[in-house]
Amino acid sequence: MTPEWIFGLAGVLAAAAPLLIAVIGETFSERAGVVNLSVNGAMLLAAMAGFAVAVRTGSLELGFFAGVVIGALMALVVAFASLTLRQSQVAVGLVLALLGRDLAYFLGNPFMGMPGPRVGALPIPVLKDLPVLGPLLFQQSPVVYISLITVALAWVWIFRTRPGLVLRGVGERPPAAFVRGVPVTRVRYGYTVLGGALVGFAGAAYTLDLKGGWQGPISGIDGIGWIVLAITIFGGWHPVRGAFGALLFALLQWLSLVLQPRLPGIPSQVLNVAPFPLMIFALLLTNLGNTEWVQTALSRLPESSRRFALRVLHSLQVSPPAALGTVFEEE
Amino acid sequence: MKEVLLPRARPSRWVEFGFQGLSILMALLFTTLVLLMAGAPPIEAYRQVLEGAFGSLKRATDILVAWVPLMLVTSGLLLTFTAGLWNIGVEGQIVLGAIAATGLMRALQETSLPPSLILILAMAAGMVGGAAWASLVGLLKIYGGVHEIFGGLGLNFVATTMILWLIFGPWKRPGIGSMSGTEPFPEHLWLPVFPGLRLSPWALLLALLSVALVYVLLRNTYFGLRLKAIGKNIRAAHRLGVPTARYLLLALLGCGAMAGLAGAIQVTAVYHRLIPPISSGYGYLGLLVAMLANYRVSWSVPVAFFFAALNIGSIQLPITLKLDSTLSGVMQGALVLFVLLMQGARARWRSKPVTEQGDDA
Repeated sequence: MTPEWIFGLAGVLAAAAPLLIAVIGETFSERAGVVNLSVNGAMLLAAMAGFAVAVRTGSLELGFFAGVVIGALMALVVAFASLTLRQSQVAVGLVLALLGRDLAYFLGNPFMGMPGPRVGALPIPVLKDLPVLGPLLFQQSPVVYISLITVALAWVWIFRTRPGLVLRGVGERPPAAFVRGVPVTRVRYGYTVLGGALVGFAGAAYTLDLKGGWQGPISGIDGIGWIVLAITIFGGWHPVRGAFGALLFALLQWLSLVLQPRLPGIPSQVLNVAPFPLMIFALLLTNLGNTEWVQTALSRLPESSRRFALRVLHSLQVSPPAALGTVFEEE
Repeated sequence: MKEVLLPRARPSRWVEFGFQGLSILMALLFTTLVLLMAGAPPIEAYRQVLEGAFGSLKRATDILVAWVPLMLVTSGLLLTFTAGLWNIGVEGQIVLGAIAATGLMRALQETSLPPSLILILAMAAGMVGGAAWASLVGLLKIYGGVHEIFGGLGLNFVATTMILWLIFGPWKRPGIGSMSGTEPFPEHLWLPVFPGLRLSPWALLLALLSVALVYVLLRNTYFGLRLKAIGKNIRAAHRLGVPTARYLLLALLGCGAMAGLAGAIQVTAVYHRLIPPISSGYGYLGLLVAMLANYRVSWSVPVAFFFAALNIGSIQLPITLKLDSTLSGVMQGALVLFVLLMQGARARWRSKPVTEQGDDA
């Protein structure tokens, strides 16, 4: 018999899958130097559009395709506004985050609560019968397989291939990349749009797979886009560490659900909002080592404990791509 | 030979107007497409929005009812924007203002204190509540290195949940808690309104005062000058001896106090109780107003009025055309987006690359 907690963990993997894909998308975009703050709006609009298209056509593939197109288009607007028109990435991203949400609720109104197609589990022959690993990994929905493959591919691409080297160069030292003949702006356009496409896919995965359906403002998708941005930072713009962050996040959410009946004093709303203080706390941990007061405080500590504290802080610390959010003028 | 961006001769006023008009036209085109996608008759929808906003004197004054909190929030945001901060947490600062005001009124409503005093204290409590919530964003940024966008957003979600917890928990109505909010306050604790209208002269006065205050602060004081210096270049300001951490915190506290006041007004003058959507999204809307007004106090007054009119005009859409009232948000967002894009296009058009010759410029 498979113990029950295995199914719980399998659920954690399923819940983390869209997060993983979206975090990888934002990681690509930010690695190239573009902060796409529109994620929350893009995911909501892609979730709604994906569901609406799937309902109208009866095709899940077309639904996901619609989500991908929406995400890519919104990212294209961010890229165009910042890279070509030199407008603030934060301003444009924020406006799109708000606009995407309102568009989703406005256009999605007639689709609220409608029944629609849903991705089912796709057990993998032979592997599904493995003890423990079978129910955990190989009886999942295709979205979960895609998410894990995306993380692996992203890692290989960024750290083990020539184009990945170019990508990192564009985000770290664009002038150096440019003199080596890299078309910096075009590369940034490409990765921003790719990142947006992944974010759009993740959005569609919520309505077509994980949640199954569009419920308007109570779909429980609003806010996830901001968590994605926070996990991207927490993951230090590294796909595997980002994936770890997303899994940890989903795990903690699951634990809070499991523990809820055992903590009668805490109302359910408090646990529902737990992700957000958690997000702040994670960012606090990654940034604390960079702040002035921590460094002065550490210098006062005795040698032995200071070294330990430094090691802990350094292991958590991340540093963004050096050219993140800046515009490079090709001359 | 090197290509540089040199400003061309100033384009004529007509070209400037042309670009502005073009961005409005494109926003209108975009919304029309969205309406067509939703299967709605666009002209009729626009007519309904206009009718809903200006159809009667009562509706027109309702625009001012919405303008008051929006203007308070925008005034506060102009302080934080000037300091170079993205205070997205303003939404939660409104909520905490509303919670603090409600808490104070609940504590004092049974006492024999004069109602006017209770109302004044409630406003003050709202300002303190909003400022306290804003200070969290500031402390997280200054001492924790957490960017204000993430700190603020996280705290927004916490604030909204706090309302849910209060109305289903400690502050629930006698019997059973519901989404309809807390028990309404007795009528003598409502902020007085113009007879027959929903508009409170006191609320209007407070909004006007806050605009004036921010205008003077930013234009005529040393404080405003230093805030601008921080917004332009925080490192340079720090090197020149401006206590940047203190000024960032002060800007946030000021913004939080104004947002909290807006929340307190929503409780005392509009809803007379605490409800889950007490902020009405005015925090996020205020960010859009400030952006569209190009961060200028004087322009933000009419822009806030226009946005408030769109909000009021869209309220009837679900009944008249079976459309979601978020149409106003779509219009507002599209307008800001196209104005931003056109600003960029105009700047590019103005500074055509010129080939520089000779050895020094």
